[in-house]
Amino acid sequence: MLLRKGQPPPPVGPFAISEVVSVVMMPGAITFRDRLAIFGVRILNFLSRHSGRGSGTVVGGRLGLLVSPALLRDLAAARNVILVTGTNGKTTTTAMVAAGWGGEVAMNQTGSNMLEGHVAALVQSSSPRAVLEVDEKWLGAAIEATSPGVVVLLNLSRDQLDRSNEVRAIAERWRQLWIETANTSIVVVANANDPLVVYAAETANEVRWCDVETPWLSDAWSCPKCTRPLRFSSTDWSCECGFARPPATTSLTGDELAVGGRRVNMHLSLPGDFNRANAAMALTALVEVGAELGPALERVAQLVDVAGRFGVRHWRGHELRLTLAKNPAGFTAMLETIDAFAGELWIAINARVADGRDPSWLYDVPFERLRGRVVHCFGERRLDLATRLDYAGVTYELSSADSPPLPNSPVTVLANYTAFQEWLERSAK
Amino acid sequence: MARKVGEVMRVVALFPELLGTYGDGGNALVLAQRARRRGFDVELLEARVGQQLPSADIYLLGGGEDGPQRQAVDLLRSLGLRDAYASGAHVVAICAGLQILGTSFAVGGDEQYEGLGLVDVVTTRGSRRSVGDMAVAVGDDVLVGFENHAGVSALGEGIAPLGQVIRGRGNDGRVDGYRADRLWATYAHGPVLAMNPWFADEILMSVLDVELSPLPSVADQLYAERRRALGL
Repeated sequence: MLLRKGQPPPPVGPFAISEVVSVVMMPGAITFRDRLAIFGVRILNFLSRHSGRGSGTVVGGRLGLLVSPALLRDLAAARNVILVTGTNGKTTTTAMVAAGWGGEVAMNQTGSNMLEGHVAALVQSSSPRAVLEVDEKWLGAAIEATSPGVVVLLNLSRDQLDRSNEVRAIAERWRQLWIETANTSIVVVANANDPLVVYAAETANEVRWCDVETPWLSDAWSCPKCTRPLRFSSTDWSCECGFARPPATTSLTGDELAVGGRRVNMHLSLPGDFNRANAAMALTALVEVGAELGPALERVAQLVDVAGRFGVRHWRGHELRLTLAKNPAGFTAMLETIDAFAGELWIAINARVADGRDPSWLYDVPFERLRGRVVHCFGERRLDLATRLDYAGVTYELSSADSPPLPNSPVTVLANYTAFQEWLERSAK
Repeated sequence: MARKVGEVMRVVALFPELLGTYGDGGNALVLAQRARRRGFDVELLEARVGQQLPSADIYLLGGGEDGPQRQAVDLLRSLGLRDAYASGAHVVAICAGLQILGTSFAVGGDEQYEGLGLVDVVTTRGSRRSVGDMAVAVGDDVLVGFENHAGVSALGEGIAPLGQVIRGRGNDGRVDGYRADRLWATYAHGPVLAMNPWFADEILMSVLDVELSPLPSVADQLYAERRRALGL
């Protein structure tokens, strides 16, 4: 299949979903107005995909909500919904939940993580089970519309500050959600090692705290309650005011994953400690909706490629492994992971609206750890990257897709959001 | 007195955990590296909360959110940054840092918070946030950068701005930042010295009190490309 610019990758792996689902098969209370809206969503998303002008999930969903404002609520009404949010790992964790649940699961796989994307996902699949990744700022609206059984809060760190995404404001907004919502039976699966997430989750009735590796704590330096400095040790954190790390019921020690007293050995196909953390939280959510831990883990462990990430791809004689990181926390985690990947390293940076138009964050990434490697700089902001690498003492080369290096050894491509999409489109399986 | 090669220049980034939201640590790194590449010895330090103020040839203050900005100004008041500046240290202040060194700045709603008072500058909250690329004419040079703030800074009588705004808003839509002996302040946030090698060298020449010859690097290409992107 030939991918046009702006088009999402086709569904792959265990969560490939059928394109046309009869409205009659939809669970829930679908009204006549909803039917009209669903018809509109399908037509527009079809046109968007086939004209090559859109990702095929946004326009239709937007129209659907215009025609029938209650559409998302009605589509979600009779389903078991899990929501996943946080700064990093949303897409991967959502894919892990879908894979671990088994069978057909409705999900938004193209990264459209606002309400229109959720509509598109639920129109595409009639499965009674749905997992949706949610933009951090849209969590309240998504909870209200989908009445989820479980909400996963992964982590919070600086990201796209040009959109005024101050992380503490987001933590505060989440914290208020649990106080305000009428749905008091939601189970929140939250990262106990991220103080901002703990602040955001501790007001919920039911929380499953997860002790998972969280290397980026630069945004949680001071107490979100009293602003005094937090004290960190290798396994714990606390503040003079009494705010402290809650005891966890999910933990990951070496390869041993414990969820609510059940223990399994975890070996994933996906690389990286951050993916192990994502898996631990995905599995905790699945146990809450009644999945068996062992078989769910087996299915999660088989994931090798999430929306084009990590899997091997090809381009002009090069063998590429594409990886994505969008902000300092994501880059820091990814640099650690790709240490183990031999061969060439290409890094691609753009600064379009979807990336955040300000690449200042490159100076928050510890690129110094790449000393000794040669980095090929790609993307619209490759000069910003090259300057950063130069000051970090890392050898770099300026490259472009029009004049790439000759095929030599396997290549790891590390790219931020829109740069990643470009590499996904120009490469093939 | 002109710095000799072999003498140590100390660069201190102030409270990166409070004033480091936008990769501000990059500015200290750029000054240190550009001096090192010319053969000067440089000590690059971060002053963290809870520590004493280390002596320094140059201090750098970056951007931060409202709460941390207040915390930072209280700390700097008690640690005596004002005295350090008065006794000869240089200071580079970016965004929140620019506001901190003034007489007062806005926090929360319309409440004014007392600044360090190094410079007669009052910052109030503007009606909208300015987010985007900016450019400032500084003498014959052009400073390029990115701004993201809601402050409107009024300079007192006799306080010189850093330059005239060509793109973006800066202090008030007309001028950006301020300039005093051994002091540079701008709303161009984050690693502005990485993007403007000429500006980094101007500061270095003042700190080291020597003439520096150009240091060709990829940063020059970045600077040229950013000017082109802004149509300048």
